[in-house]
Amino acid sequence: MSHSGIRFDNVSKAYGNLRVVEGLDLDIAGGEFVSLLGPSGSGKTTLLMMLAGFEDVTSGRILVDGALVNDIPTYRRDMGVVFQNYALFPHLDIARNVAFPLEMRGMGRADIRQRVDRALEMVQLLHLRDRRPSQLSGGQQQRVALARALVFEPRVVLMDEPLGALDKQLREQMQLDIRAIHRRLGVTIVFVTHDQQEALTMSDRIAVFDKGRIQQIGTPREVYDRPANRFVAEFIGETNLLAGTVETAENGGTAVSLSDGTRIEGRSPAGLARGSAALASIRPERARLHAARPAEGNALPAQVTDILYQGSHIRVDLKGADGQLTVHLDRSAGEPAVGAPVWLGFAPDDCWIISP
Amino acid sequence: MTGRRNRRRAALLIAPLALFLGVFFFWPLATMLAQSVSDPAVGRVLPLTSAAIADWDGQGVPPPEIQRAFATDLHEATDDLAVGDMVRRLNSAQSGFRSLMNKTLPAVREDVDVDLASLDRKWSNPAYWQAIRGAVSPLTDRNLLATMDLERNAGGEINRMPAGSSANGAIILRTLVVSAIVTLCCLLIGLPYAMIAASVTGWRRAVLLGAVLLPLWTSLLVRTAAWFILLQDSGLINGMLTGLGIVDQPVQLIFNRLGVVIAMTHVLLPFMVLPIYSVLATIPANLMPAAASLGARPLRAFWRVLLPLALRGILSGVLLVFMTAIGYYITPALVGGANDQMISAVITQYATGSANWGMAAALGVVLLALTLVLYACYGWLSREDAVRLS
Ligand SMILES: Nc1ncnc2c1ncn2[C@@H]1O[C@H](COP(=O)(O)OP(=O)(O)O)[C@@H](O)[C@H]1O
Ligand SMILES: [Mg+2]
Repeated sequence: MSHSGIRFDNVSKAYGNLRVVEGLDLDIAGGEFVSLLGPSGSGKTTLLMMLAGFEDVTSGRILVDGALVNDIPTYRRDMGVVFQNYALFPHLDIARNVAFPLEMRGMGRADIRQRVDRALEMVQLLHLRDRRPSQLSGGQQQRVALARALVFEPRVVLMDEPLGALDKQLREQMQLDIRAIHRRLGVTIVFVTHDQQEALTMSDRIAVFDKGRIQQIGTPREVYDRPANRFVAEFIGETNLLAGTVETAENGGTAVSLSDGTRIEGRSPAGLARGSAALASIRPERARLHAARPAEGNALPAQVTDILYQGSHIRVDLKGADGQLTVHLDRSAGEPAVGAPVWLGFAPDDCWIISP
Repeated sequence: MTGRRNRRRAALLIAPLALFLGVFFFWPLATMLAQSVSDPAVGRVLPLTSAAIADWDGQGVPPPEIQRAFATDLHEATDDLAVGDMVRRLNSAQSGFRSLMNKTLPAVREDVDVDLASLDRKWSNPAYWQAIRGAVSPLTDRNLLATMDLERNAGGEINRMPAGSSANGAIILRTLVVSAIVTLCCLLIGLPYAMIAASVTGWRRAVLLGAVLLPLWTSLLVRTAAWFILLQDSGLINGMLTGLGIVDQPVQLIFNRLGVVIAMTHVLLPFMVLPIYSVLATIPANLMPAAASLGARPLRAFWRVLLPLALRGILSGVLLVFMTAIGYYITPALVGGANDQMISAVITQYATGSANWGMAAALGVVLLALTLVLYACYGWLSREDAVRLS
């Protein structure tokens, strides 16, 4: 069974005057796991609802396997949907819930039973097949919803914040489970979340949304290490942003002079012009603290304002020439004292320069 | 110690309620039940006869002791009102009793030892004596039997009344049929209405629910009178139909079955819409989209998901409307014709028209029994439902 590719071609959605999705282009390959990541209200659900056929497309085209689906009703789109609050049928037991899509397709009873049992086995709930949804915990209900969305071997599975209602531990377990199922079945999955950690953990590629537009699409590494703009840099993970002016921009190597005249070197995407304003983004865990100015790489003078123990690392807040800075240190690294003057050092490879 | 005091205090608190229920609910109910089976008119006036006639086998003319007891009873009866009641009661069991008694009473009052058979030939006819025997018991099932057009013959067997002599069975049947039609109409209108009301939000929902609730806050009499105005030959609806040229003669919409069904459906619609709506409102909004995504066409999703989940509300609505409909009085009385009167109207007629409290009570008992049976069904079904859904 081959899984389907999806193409959004200049898709827009408006509710009256409110433009929720604007001129969106997105290609999803068959079998790919793509997350739609963005703050609440950025239009992720709306995009998913258009793909599922719950909402009309205002303009543009949605293609699945190259075929236009804009006008195909939901029940013929053959897409499994997993909702945040599970949407299980309360009057049917677990087995009947999972059997529902197979019954809709007129499958024989023996086949249905076999498939339902296999699907429930996959989510480790076979022993609960005769229970009602209300007798299950949230995590179990979500696994039933997953089994129900997968049992009919849909072309695409859509999930709208499916783990949002679960507690942290269960959520992380489910992330791994869903990832494993995706690997095994190779089905195309479009996964909506506002949790950047979840998107990083699970996805082949992440589409970062803001205000109805895709800000960046790329692998977890690309969106984290090489954010396309300030929004992406700030939304995914923590970062230190330093404002400056581009001094030199040669392929790959770019130099920026900060407001206090300090010159730092970094990497940047093509197209940054000399003399233009720029932002340097340095991830807190890529920076080091030194007592004296280091000989190599970039260095900024700063003063320690606070030290916070975080378990896996130590967070050090600093006051730089241009405002607040943050560094994450290994626990093995020596801690500076609060109030001590230090040097913050980082390699040019760990400094990503973008236009503001 | 404190337990007992608390209990006494609790009893004191519910005393007003208990008193209210007792006086205005249980007592009238008990009276009605008693009325429907009590038949004291004859036994009260003929105590000796009652005692003597119990042993009589009903064959031929009763032996002289019984005739003697009967004559003594009549001789001793001084309450003319009670005697009148007795005569009426006996005459309804056996026609000809009235003239017979008119003749017999003065004669017996004058001379207790008068020979009845020579006084009137009818006293040699066993049928008259059998009628007395059948009527002396203070308890009777004749009213209850009469509600179903049944009666006991002279030998005490239950028979169907002669055709055309009683319409009670037909009226009960009619009441059930009209109620069923009204319930069906309410369901056909109420279910989609409740579904629409539950699917919209904001002011639209408020308007839809308000439109259903508004009639509920208006007096029943006013609503029925409004239909009266709308449905009559020169009314709004006929005016519109003729004005638009759809019909050239006004359609008969009132004083017939159609009018009763229209008006009762309108009056009872809230009792269908509200329970269904309240159940639909609790169904999560994304179940229908989920069903669609799983491959269910709208109609199948409706059958397989929405309808089973709404069933409890539908059941409540159906029973509520039906139970209310079978007891309806004002609407059929005002907008119905002579052949659309329902059981309540007949009860009124018995009670206020012919002062036949026994029959009125018996029909009341039938109404009560029907309602209780339906209520029991409802309790049973909703319990099953609750078990299944829990
Ligand atoms: N049915 C609707 N009518 C009007 N506005 C809507 C509707 N659905 C969503 N919106 C608006 O569209 C925007 C995007 O919503 P949504 O796609 O749910 O965002 P997300 O899933 O990213 O949080 C929000 O501002 C929301 O208020
Ligand atoms: Mg959303």
